[in-house]
Amino acid sequence: MTVDRDEFRESFFEECDELLEAMHDGFDRLSGQQDDEETMHAVFRAVHSIKGGAGAFGLNHLVRFAHHFETALDKVRSGKLDLDDELLDLFRQCGDNLSDLVGAAREGGDTPCPGTGTLNERLDDVLGTDGHVEDPEEPEFEPVVLDFGDFDLPGDDSGMSIRFTALPGLFKSGNDPVVLFAALEKLGTVEVTADLADIGDLDSLEPGVCAIRWTIDYSGNATEEEVREVFEFVEDLCTLEIEVKSPGLPDLDAEVPDLPADLLPSVASLDPVKADGATLDKGARPKERSGAKQDQDDRKPGGTIRVDLEKIDKLINLVGELVIKEAMLAQSIADLGPPSESEISVGFESLKALAGEIQEGVMAIRAQPVKPMFQRMARIVREAASATGKKVRFVTNGEYTEVDKTVVERLVDPLTHMIRNAVDHGLEKSEARVAAGKPAEGTVTLSAAHRSGRVMIDISDDGGGINRDRVRQIAVERGLINESDSLSPSEIENLLFLPGFSSASEVSELSGRGVGLDVVRSEIHRLGGRVSIQSDPGEGTTFSISLPLTLAVLEGMIIQVAGQTMVVPISAIQETLQPKSAAIHDIATGGRLVRNRDGLVPIIDVGEFFGFRSEPRDLDPHVLLLIESDDSHRYALVVDEIQDQRQVVIKSLETNYQQIDGIAAATILGDGRIALIIDPDNIVRGSGAKMAGDLNLQLAV
Amino acid sequence: MTLQVLAIDDSRTMRNLLSATLSVAGYRVSLAEDGEDGLAKFDESDPDVVITDINMPRLDGFGFIEAARSRARSRVVPILVLTTESAPELKARAREAGASGWIVKPFDEEKLVWAIERVAATGGSS
Repeated sequence: MTVDRDEFRESFFEECDELLEAMHDGFDRLSGQQDDEETMHAVFRAVHSIKGGAGAFGLNHLVRFAHHFETALDKVRSGKLDLDDELLDLFRQCGDNLSDLVGAAREGGDTPCPGTGTLNERLDDVLGTDGHVEDPEEPEFEPVVLDFGDFDLPGDDSGMSIRFTALPGLFKSGNDPVVLFAALEKLGTVEVTADLADIGDLDSLEPGVCAIRWTIDYSGNATEEEVREVFEFVEDLCTLEIEVKSPGLPDLDAEVPDLPADLLPSVASLDPVKADGATLDKGARPKERSGAKQDQDDRKPGGTIRVDLEKIDKLINLVGELVIKEAMLAQSIADLGPPSESEISVGFESLKALAGEIQEGVMAIRAQPVKPMFQRMARIVREAASATGKKVRFVTNGEYTEVDKTVVERLVDPLTHMIRNAVDHGLEKSEARVAAGKPAEGTVTLSAAHRSGRVMIDISDDGGGINRDRVRQIAVERGLINESDSLSPSEIENLLFLPGFSSASEVSELSGRGVGLDVVRSEIHRLGGRVSIQSDPGEGTTFSISLPLTLAVLEGMIIQVAGQTMVVPISAIQETLQPKSAAIHDIATGGRLVRNRDGLVPIIDVGEFFGFRSEPRDLDPHVLLLIESDDSHRYALVVDEIQDQRQVVIKSLETNYQQIDGIAAATILGDGRIALIIDPDNIVRGSGAKMAGDLNLQLAV
Repeated sequence: MTLQVLAIDDSRTMRNLLSATLSVAGYRVSLAEDGEDGLAKFDESDPDVVITDINMPRLDGFGFIEAARSRARSRVVPILVLTTESAPELKARAREAGASGWIVKPFDEEKLVWAIERVAATGGSS
């Protein structure tokens, strides 16, 4: 009879995530309302449940810390300790540490995290304990392994005479002598003798009081301790006398020995009676232990089920196929040309609507609220604030906005970076803030929202805004721009995203981890997203990220290049141009530029890039797609014709074929043909050599 | 007759473990998330034994036991307290409320079943 607890490990950690979330939520609420008892209870219960579960999996470090933490929470909960800002801050740190311990345990290492020791000491200070919290794992009931097969125990076939008298209250507690004797019988052979001497008249019988006393002759290999354990639950509700007989001796004293006079007032008149009901006959009890299977259905797992991600992805893939087939069918119906109100057209329309709903529903399975990620960010803010010595208030909006699981996961690093930046570089020091007439405490706001089929995530601070002169100066020093270049405010701000912008003089303890905003940006690009900066001097800075809802479909522009149908992600396209000969300029190195509002943009022919043709001389009949690449520069891609704009299902090319330069993936069009999805950044990099020289030129104009 | 066990715990992990352990041991199992839920299941499933946690939202273990004990029943259903707490005063409170026995978490499977055996009439003997 063993249950494989490993099976439940993952669900334990999932529950831990929820509990930690509830705990962090609780702290957030408590920071505004420190006397909120209900919240305090909820926080306590969350930590308590983590401890309980951790115990079941033998995660001792986690249990120990959770216990210590919980003890402090309990003091507040029971009103023995007042919650102030300082204590709440300690609790938050303990909460963070608890998250770390859970994380470590999940990775398979039940190890103390670096901060644990210090936090334990601080908890001791608060609790007035000396560091020795009683071990929570000291159970009063040591687990006893009952090994019936092993007969060479010291108490081998010992005999015991047990006298048992129930005190009033035993029945009321739900215990029953007969059940106890039955349990005792599991340890050996028992013969129970009931003494009915105290049973009075019917009138004087009290239902709650047991007037029968018992003497049990036990023989078996259990120790006295094990026998006492049977009566453990009723030790305060009975009198129990156990007399151990020497092993091997014949059972001479089977008759009631030495009963105290007050227990047996009339020994002479009443012989011990064997009451049928109290005699336990071995083997007489049917044991029905075979019902386990049939009752499985009774288990109620709650409101959620765990599903393998692979199954969901397979479903998403199939729905993708469905959408493709639907598009193909639409084309066939159009080709047949039945009137739009015909039965087949009407039926198809509702099928189409249904397929759309199924697609949305399936995508929604992968969608998760950003809340847990936002909570991680709250911690980043706290840590950044304490590292920089700044006072920071962290505000979140739209934390229930749902985003694809993978997108959420891959956003963690870029967001962490931007949040650190906001605290470290965005916010001014308290003195400077006060001097500027702002509250000493800075505010960092993280918000998420759905907007026109995309997810928008904004990270803003109410700091001093981007110092454009300084940014410009750094960019000149790094050779990213020329001294004489004239740049618009937004162009200057976008310099922050250039590789090689952030470096030594920018590096601080906190944000300077060798990762610049350029990395943030390329990661967001890889998710099909875009990021932009908005900054008002003295007012603050906002980084806005726009992301697709899912990585399974893509809003694409269907284009023609040299007879090939291809797809360009809409997210990459800034605008489309009909080139007029006048706007095109040749440059000496052999490239061409197109003039557009505030600059000259290098032209790349998509047909030439893929080797479909050599670059056409006359661009007039073509279309230019203006894109912005990872390095913040704009390029114009030459295509022949724009055919359509719609959602396409992304099919990985790499898993079926191999990575191809300039191609991100493939899709299947309505007519069943395969079209390649272009990776514009990759095209720019691939054709980069000659373009590198053009960059400064672009900026210089 | 298979024993019907009602297990009440606000932790999903605990419920899962209890459900698995009890099912493997051959009991029929019903589960509840807190005291209130426990009372509803108590009335609904008419359990032979109840195992309950103490620290729970809405209605805690003590409250559950008291309420369950006030239900009119032809027999007193054994209620075991399963908790991480081992403080004597909590035990006394549980006893006062009407608990039949207690098991300290983390529970051992054998131990849990053994505890049930000590409070529940597994049928046929009475």
